[in-house]
Amino acid sequence: MIIRFVGFGGQGIVLSSYIIGKSAVLDGKRAIQNQSYGSESRGGECRGDVIISDEEIYELEPVNQDVLVALTQPGYEKFIPHLKPGGTLIVDKDLVITDEKMEPENIARYAIPATDIAHKKFGRKIIANMVMLGYMNTLLNQVTFESLEKAVLENVPKGTEKLNLDAMREGIELAKQESAR
Amino acid sequence: MGFNEDRKRYLAGLEDKTYFMLGDEACAYGAIFAGCDFFAGYPITPASEVAERLAEELPKAGGLCIQMEDELASMAAIVGASWTGGRSMTATSGPGFSLMQENIGYAIMTETPCVLVDVQRSGPSTGQATKPAQGDMMQARWGTHGDHNIIALSPNSAQECFDMMQECFNLADTYRTPVILLMDGEIGHIRESVTMPALSSIKPAARKMAKPGEDVFGGEELVPGITHYGMGQNVHVTGSTHKANGMRDVTTPHVHEALVKRIYNKIDDNREKIIRVEKDISQNGQSKIGVIAYGATARPSLGAVRAARDDGKNIDFMRLITIWPFARKQVAEFAKNLDMILVPEMNLGQISREIERFVNCKVVSVPKIGGVPHTVEEIYDAITEVAS
Amino acid sequence: MSQPRNQMMNYIREEIMPHRFCPGCGCGTVLNVFTNAIDNLKLDPVKMVCVSGIGCSAWIPSPYFKSDTLHTTHGRPIAFATGVKVMRPDLKVVVIAGDGDVSGIGGNHLIHAARRNIDLSVFMVNNMIYGMTGGQVAPTTPTGVKTSTTPHLNIEPPFQVAELVAAAGASYVARWTTYHVFRLIKAMEEAITKQGFSFIEIVSQCPDNYGRRIGLRTGVEFLKMFKKQAIPIDKARELPEEKLEGRIIVGKLRDRERPEYTSELHRVTKEQVDKIKAEQEKIS
Repeated sequence: MIIRFVGFGGQGIVLSSYIIGKSAVLDGKRAIQNQSYGSESRGGECRGDVIISDEEIYELEPVNQDVLVALTQPGYEKFIPHLKPGGTLIVDKDLVITDEKMEPENIARYAIPATDIAHKKFGRKIIANMVMLGYMNTLLNQVTFESLEKAVLENVPKGTEKLNLDAMREGIELAKQESAR
Repeated sequence: MGFNEDRKRYLAGLEDKTYFMLGDEACAYGAIFAGCDFFAGYPITPASEVAERLAEELPKAGGLCIQMEDELASMAAIVGASWTGGRSMTATSGPGFSLMQENIGYAIMTETPCVLVDVQRSGPSTGQATKPAQGDMMQARWGTHGDHNIIALSPNSAQECFDMMQECFNLADTYRTPVILLMDGEIGHIRESVTMPALSSIKPAARKMAKPGEDVFGGEELVPGITHYGMGQNVHVTGSTHKANGMRDVTTPHVHEALVKRIYNKIDDNREKIIRVEKDISQNGQSKIGVIAYGATARPSLGAVRAARDDGKNIDFMRLITIWPFARKQVAEFAKNLDMILVPEMNLGQISREIERFVNCKVVSVPKIGGVPHTVEEIYDAITEVAS
Repeated sequence: MSQPRNQMMNYIREEIMPHRFCPGCGCGTVLNVFTNAIDNLKLDPVKMVCVSGIGCSAWIPSPYFKSDTLHTTHGRPIAFATGVKVMRPDLKVVVIAGDGDVSGIGGNHLIHAARRNIDLSVFMVNNMIYGMTGGQVAPTTPTGVKTSTTPHLNIEPPFQVAELVAAAGASYVARWTTYHVFRLIKAMEEAITKQGFSFIEIVSQCPDNYGRRIGLRTGVEFLKMFKKQAIPIDKARELPEEKLEGRIIVGKLRDRERPEYTSELHRVTKEQVDKIKAEQEKIS
């Protein structure tokens, strides 16, 4: 399973890919996390990839991904051609306008108001990535909740653990409602 | 210095656990487990994370970490530190590695144990600063002027970045020579699981010490015993041609010849003890095609070989773990029954030409530059093109 | 009748005597001054490491001075010395090298070591020329001098190295000439004793490769010139800049207390070690 997170620097893109990778390792799976960003630390284009597998990983920088999580319009437009046909697209619905013409065939498309939830419910836009993480993992069931929680607790700034976990749970709930529908 | 109580106390908090970290970070922790006492470096992408992690962690183990004004100075400082008896290292990438060549030569000529990490990025010059490459293979071998030998290892996972730091320091101390961990930006910048071993399993090689009054730069053995500063031996260390007692003699032909040949031979004559390769031979033993790769490229290469086998093709695979001294005997043996060897590497064929020198079969370079590693498919296609 | 043994020979690797310095060269004087300073301070050479680079003056300690010695690449002795000093703060680490080495190719290492204020003593022998390689222009060569690489006369102004090092942050900076041997011995004693980066610019003579270009044939002629040109720093401060043209300002330029790099480095390292210790004790 190859998952790509894209957005601007400062949206927690790299951290999201790191947390998923770390959770997979905690689950005893193999994982590789890879990232790229511009030379600016904030506001530049940013991506974080993670590969999760039960077997040896040969491909270090796969060209195409199974899942694309996009938090910005330019990120969506740049990377949507690399989503595999039949793959999964998850976007922040207030930040990304999707365009079917650009998209590969037979993809599953999900649009959630992650940033809006982070802002309105928690007063912190910056934790939109946690809403996304919870949502994505519940949808795709890649890592156990226990590992995900552990990885979040270990890697978010001290004092923000509860906030981040709550945001992640919000994403999980959203995904559960989605599948119940 | 070394494995004192401070270090053991610090490592006790890390040992026997699995982590998820960058190849660069694994290299830094590997160095601390290897007993590194001193790090000097200068920031450079994609090697800065080695320095950053050591700056954070090495002092906790009682080691010293400093940032110098440039890479010339970093290399100089680790040589100075080594003569006090400490295990010393630096880390850099292409542009900095170029600057270090001067004092790598000095370390070779003065037989100073030390470790350099080169996290290779795309060159020449500033090139693609953030993109990986394997373009320094020959620079590692011949970057500094004059006849010499060098030891260089190439890891292909974050775990190996960790493990090989011990091997590098042990080789440096055993052969009294600089040793290069020839990483590539790909391995340095991927995060993977890294398991740190139990402290009790660490077995650092000890430097052979010269007896008081004994020559430090020659004698019967290929690797003379060393002495350290402050031991009252008035040791004279010079990068100029010197006699066994360390004193300069830059005009007598046989003095130079004896010194340089011994420094060359101490690695050449021990090549079988130093060299490590890893082979994955097709089960029926009837392969006519082989693939040789190293570092990051070895991963998609092995993937492609296995995919080709799944298609019923017999393909042999070998990974070079030791790059220098070159595994010429192992490569020749590997090639014995082959018609062709494919060599994928992230340069325009540096090691493929080296392989060509030691085999009778055809060698096909599968180069890739531009900052993106080979995909499994690209190597698979190269294999199927010749194995139809 | 045999001469009485020179006591300073105790500090010399006698087996490699006689030395290779040219007749009239200032390097012999500096070696003599250095051994006298060490003798006056009663320093045990076993507790010293002498580091030098490439050039005539690099030979003053290495190989002649009997201690641990590190004869490095051109321009880099201060960087090598940094590695030695931080690992063995208990050893006295002295760098003796030339103006080309220290202020030319190695200029960057010089200013950064001064900025860090690392406890090294650097004695830069300034003969105003690249002597060993045959008289090429140096960063310290006066304007208008004809050298082998400025055959149409030097158009560059020379570095004022002592002032540069003082501005960069060194604890101790002085300038003397090979004429001022007793002042120089005293200055070396002060420099070696000083905690922090100490630097002495020693204006010296190269009769062979510099003297013949400016019409001075012997070492003695140079010393007479140095005597005439020297002006104590206190006096120099009272004079306008144009009156200092062609003069050598001598004396102590800086003598101050600043945090020293090696002890600071060991302090922060020990803090980290202690933190781990405290954490572990809390757990157990």
